[in-house]
Amino acid sequence: MKDILPFLKELLSAPGLSGNEAPIRELVENAWRPLVDEIGVGRLGSLHALRRGNGAEPRPRVLLAAHMDAIGLIVTSIQAGLLHFTQIGGIDARILPGQRVLVHGRNPLIGVVVQPPDRLLPPGSGEKPVAMEHLLVDIGLAPERVAALVRPGDLISFDQPPIELSGDVICGHSLDNRASVASLTVCLRELQSRLHLWDVYAVATSQEEVTLGGAQTAAFEIHPDLAIAIDVTFAKGPGITDYNAFGLGKGLTLGWGPNAHPYLHDSLKELADDLEIPYQVELMPRHSGTDAYAIQVAQEGIPSMVVGIPLRYMHTPVEIVSMKDIRRVGRLLAEYVCRLPIDFMKTLSFEKLS
Amino acid sequence: MSPKKAPVNRTLRVGTSQLRLLERLCTACAVSGDEGEVREIVLEELKPFASQVKVDALGNVLVTHAGKGDHCLRVMLAAHMDEVGFMLVKDDDEGLYRFELVGGIDPRHLPGKTVWIGRDHLPGVIGARPIHLVTPDERRRKIPLEDLRIDVGPGNAGGKVKLGDRATFATTFTRLENSLYAKALDDRLGVATLIELVKHAPDHVDLLAAFTTQEEIGGRGARVGAYAFNPDLAIVVDSTPAFDLPTWDGTENTVFNTRLDGGPAIYVADTSTISDPRLVAHLEQTARDHKIPYQLRQPGGGGTDAGAIHRQRSGIPSVSVSIPGRYAHTAGAIARIQDWKNTLLLLQAALESLTPEVLVAR
Repeated sequence: MKDILPFLKELLSAPGLSGNEAPIRELVENAWRPLVDEIGVGRLGSLHALRRGNGAEPRPRVLLAAHMDAIGLIVTSIQAGLLHFTQIGGIDARILPGQRVLVHGRNPLIGVVVQPPDRLLPPGSGEKPVAMEHLLVDIGLAPERVAALVRPGDLISFDQPPIELSGDVICGHSLDNRASVASLTVCLRELQSRLHLWDVYAVATSQEEVTLGGAQTAAFEIHPDLAIAIDVTFAKGPGITDYNAFGLGKGLTLGWGPNAHPYLHDSLKELADDLEIPYQVELMPRHSGTDAYAIQVAQEGIPSMVVGIPLRYMHTPVEIVSMKDIRRVGRLLAEYVCRLPIDFMKTLSFEKLS
Repeated sequence: MSPKKAPVNRTLRVGTSQLRLLERLCTACAVSGDEGEVREIVLEELKPFASQVKVDALGNVLVTHAGKGDHCLRVMLAAHMDEVGFMLVKDDDEGLYRFELVGGIDPRHLPGKTVWIGRDHLPGVIGARPIHLVTPDERRRKIPLEDLRIDVGPGNAGGKVKLGDRATFATTFTRLENSLYAKALDDRLGVATLIELVKHAPDHVDLLAAFTTQEEIGGRGARVGAYAFNPDLAIVVDSTPAFDLPTWDGTENTVFNTRLDGGPAIYVADTSTISDPRLVAHLEQTARDHKIPYQLRQPGGGGTDAGAIHRQRSGIPSVSVSIPGRYAHTAGAIARIQDWKNTLLLLQAALESLTPEVLVAR
């Protein structure tokens, strides 16, 4: 099968901040269109794709959701040709000084986030990280030129091109969660030559990083019988070695906690065991921090599950993911979908599998 | 070898070939003590133009362009080849390396950056703990250097990375309309300037161009270079910070050091050197004569190779001239093409009108 890496690199080269997903949505739509029977855009910007199953109608529906939106910055004011900004999604200001960015003004403008010299900041600033309110973006242009090209409300995306690192890993911005969009694409490609009874709804959701609004409304509109959210999770690495972090490239994760239906959890685990796909169980005592949180409570409630891809340095422009894990998730999803019996919902119980 | 005959009234310019040269120089990695990549470019560029080229014990490239006739004024120019960066110092397995800083880098600029490692510019990244796991209290503190790692991926770069390798920020040379955004503009702008000046050297002086090493860790290359050249005077060409940003509380910025678009910054005094007033006067007079914009760098702070040069032997009258740049010693600095061009014009004109009389005591 076609390697997913080139497509993922395209995804990592596109902007698409929460609420403004058009650039990334277009890329995904082009890639998915030949793989599905219907495709359209939801009212909050999610991409909804349907691949019809082979079962008799009315067919049950499974929703596979991966968010495509990215965190970023937004211009708040302009002073002497320099841009003040705030964040869209969760960003630690300490990773910002020196980041190359793209300011989406009247045309895309390359710029850099700058930390003003300590002498221009409040006394004592040298001892501390510089707060976001004092950071600026410099696009290298004269103030009058900046005024003509940029205005408050213009978006600023990270401009870090994807890079391949050694050991079959990829690095870039927005691997959270375009790694999962890539997995979903692997799954759809796999399904081309396979029989599945269920209708499969693949959705690239919008606005996960801000309100989960894309997933919540997609789940309402599609009204699936089952849903799986695919999102990244923490990989072990510098400063993270606790129970809540997983080996990079050592397998996917299967969520366990209030957002995960125990029956779905067990059925995915069983399948992963059968297929010898390595996985670890991710313990999620509260909010899973994924689209599953919103999907689970759509309509009358939807049995949901979270599948994760370990990722290092989350919410920085140098996130790292193992390509192996991306492919593993794609394969597990495809196999799961193909094996869903038409009467699966009758067997689903809230008690564990016996 | 005779120097190339120069046309009369030639004027130095910053065109495509000069920008391409600067791009090559900025893309090269030359952390203090490991200046080989830049040295190679300098040698390649200047061998056809020089009377003599020497690589000395510290790795300086010492280029002599002899004037016509005996007893020409011996004029030393210096620009440093090295840049700030990192050295890999401990292997933590699975492609993770601890690193130390070489030169003045604010560790607040490290998290979330890409780096190039070693001669092959192998890619690596410096990550940060996810914001999701960082406590509010932690966010109010700097991320200490000891907590950061250079990550080359679990494949460990195929064994091609080793302890002792140098690394730099991985920053692509970029033109932003009339500005340049690049790493190591401090001091590849100076290196490129010296290359142009040697290529268009005047005939009435011995031009002694020192492409120095180890400036970022104390002007060590310049010190021995000045000894070897034994010049009558020295002009150091560097890049100095432009702190010309708004202040946090909107008060007047009186500590801007230099400003972009202000032209070449002439040093009167910094922490390392009181510039020779005769040379300052000569540069100012030249700028006025040729209507070249210039600025005086705000006195105090900082230092250049002049700090080491002016105290060499029995003393060498010295001055520094800098191209202003914002955000030096970070992943990328911003400088104006026009400021570079005006620096070239000023230095060329100043060299052409330079006579021993300039040094006659006033």
